[in-house]
Amino acid sequence: MSDYHLDHLQYLETEAIHVMREVAGEFERPALLFSGGKDSICLLRLAEKAFRPSDLPLPLLNVDTGHHFPELNTFRDARAKELGAKLIIRRVEDAIAAGFATPAPGEVSRNRLQIPTLLAAIEEFRFDCCIGGARRDEEKARAKERFFSFRDSFGQWDPKNQRPEIWNLYNGRLNPGENMRVFPLSNWTEQDVWEYIRREQLAVPSIYFSHRRTCVRRGGQWLPVNDIVPPKPNEDVRELVVRVRTIGDIISTGLVESPADSVDDIIVEIAAARVTERGSRADDKSSEAAMEDRKKAGYF
Amino acid sequence: MTKTVSTPRPTEILRFNTCGSVDDGKSTLIGRLLYDSKSLMEDQLEALERSADITGGGQVNLANLTDGLRAEREQGITIDVAYRYFATPRRKFIIADTPGHIQYTRNMVTGASAANLSIVLVDARLGVIEQSRRHTYLASLLRIPHLVVAVNKMDLVGWSEARFNEIRAEFEKFLPRLDIKDVKFIPISALNGDNVVDASVHTPWYPGPTLLHHLETVHIGSDWNLNGLRLPVQWVNRPNNPTDPRLHDFRGFSGQIAGGIVRPGQKVMVLPGGQVTTVKEIWTYDGPVAEAFCPQSITLLLDDDIDVSRGNMIIGQNHLPGSSSELIANVCWMHQRPLVAGKKYWLKHTTHTVQVAVTALNHRLDISTFETLPAPAELALNDIGEIRLRTASPIFFDGYETNRLTGSFILIEQGTHATVAAGMLLPPREVVRPDATDFVI
Repeated sequence: MSDYHLDHLQYLETEAIHVMREVAGEFERPALLFSGGKDSICLLRLAEKAFRPSDLPLPLLNVDTGHHFPELNTFRDARAKELGAKLIIRRVEDAIAAGFATPAPGEVSRNRLQIPTLLAAIEEFRFDCCIGGARRDEEKARAKERFFSFRDSFGQWDPKNQRPEIWNLYNGRLNPGENMRVFPLSNWTEQDVWEYIRREQLAVPSIYFSHRRTCVRRGGQWLPVNDIVPPKPNEDVRELVVRVRTIGDIISTGLVESPADSVDDIIVEIAAARVTERGSRADDKSSEAAMEDRKKAGYF
Repeated sequence: MTKTVSTPRPTEILRFNTCGSVDDGKSTLIGRLLYDSKSLMEDQLEALERSADITGGGQVNLANLTDGLRAEREQGITIDVAYRYFATPRRKFIIADTPGHIQYTRNMVTGASAANLSIVLVDARLGVIEQSRRHTYLASLLRIPHLVVAVNKMDLVGWSEARFNEIRAEFEKFLPRLDIKDVKFIPISALNGDNVVDASVHTPWYPGPTLLHHLETVHIGSDWNLNGLRLPVQWVNRPNNPTDPRLHDFRGFSGQIAGGIVRPGQKVMVLPGGQVTTVKEIWTYDGPVAEAFCPQSITLLLDDDIDVSRGNMIIGQNHLPGSSSELIANVCWMHQRPLVAGKKYWLKHTTHTVQVAVTALNHRLDISTFETLPAPAELALNDIGEIRLRTASPIFFDGYETNRLTGSFILIEQGTHATVAAGMLLPPREVVRPDATDFVI
């Protein structure tokens, strides 16, 4: 190997920085979706690498379902402040109150209601592009996603009619009302994300590390005990040492029993893992095409 | 750029794509690679077994691992390029799985443009068919450095060495007419796993590596061009009202190096203006660096205050690029609306987008015979041909054969903004003349 060689993280990094700068170059009003989760933490570091010493040329946007882990929101706000970035939060609660998101009878999950909330935020700020932290290794429908994912004026993804993406040439041209979702981490795996967090010494929310928590057994997984869907008398409730592997809403995020309390431990744990990251997300399990259906409706 | 950390993980990425016709068993092959290299997780296997119980009469179908969308499972085809990731202790792999039906050229060009290696799957019973020639030709046109011909379903021809050699001989008849330097033939059964990850007991006559072993060990070296600096400017980095007084005059030119190496103190020229100046600093988030090379993403500071914007190109003084508004290129047509001479498009080349008119269709290529048909009336979806173009202002480029990044472009239809073609430029007839020194500061 010559000296002019990039290791896998450097390769993924230069690719992602290129994609971010294409966004800055081709769009007028881009935003970066930042939840405080591990993938969007990497996105923010890549944005710093792409745009410093200037200020980040795009605001951060988060759709707050009202069912977030409190640790996640605390981390999100602190990180945005630390970077001097503008953080825009739009709440599902408010969208329901304003009437553009309507829960189905008995619907507790906020997962579906994120979609109209996000689309309304895009319209409110006239964002023409949203950068997201989705990775192709997460899920089968994601595996077919482009770096630049074109959405029509209803925010819909049409898997049969995607723009071909060739070499490193991205077509960012839009007509009014159309929108682009851009995924700089497309080629990253869960392992790459944690290795990058280690290399860059990035802080992550405490719930990724092993901690003691009261959990309830539901649908074959341990969920955190919470006020939104409190345990019923016949449910199995236990105090366990757990961590989250992927963060969704507090009512649907499975916790894994784990002693991993450092980034090094997590990397070792993932290397030996026998289930995928999204194996702990009830929202993806609801049907085999769950993600495909949500993406077609405008999910990122 | 980033500090090196010792890691037990593979540090090299091999990107490959798989191509084949509808029933060649591509998805089964990828499923097999993931399954036998233990890259599949329990929940993925569970989902696989669930769908086997429902639709497969109890037989686990490895193709279900990659045929992700419901529409695909219903029709039993792959709609679009799907990307898969796996790693062995030796390497990390990015697979682009490209389907073999009518959208073929469009998808394969998308999946293969960045590949180091291409796997062409051949059904041992059918031998070389039109699709096989088409795939091989595309791999050659895209300048994919390594090719593997995986002769699949060998179990269905009784593991016949003679049949394998026959197919190999058929390929070797037309390979010399193409630009592929490294070709490997491997007899496999993707369904049963022979010679995919583990060596087969059925092929004592085959002395070569298994497919995975070949993927792990094939020498990929550097695919990037390190001769002749090319920095297409993506974004001008100019802090607004910085609090740090040292940043008041900061004016950086950010981009991904598309060729060559750059060092502080080096003389560079900015195109299209032609101004010559010196590199003051290579700025990165992790601090200034002593040199940077293709394909790193960097920010350059220059000695002189020159007007540079997105779409300009910073070049070195050796290996000068071509400069012209009259271009000749091979294109793969990717849209239902055919290309006809005279139409105007947007051409995106590096970070530069410019209006272009297609002035002539020189020829269309018949991929089954490798013969050219002169002056076609149009190029339709999945056609490949040579065209002439005239851009509204000159672009600075290299032949695709010397630099994939500065030798390629896409065409975008005006109005719909659909990406309609992938283009590969022929070598320039004249290069930038450094004697245009009127602009030197």
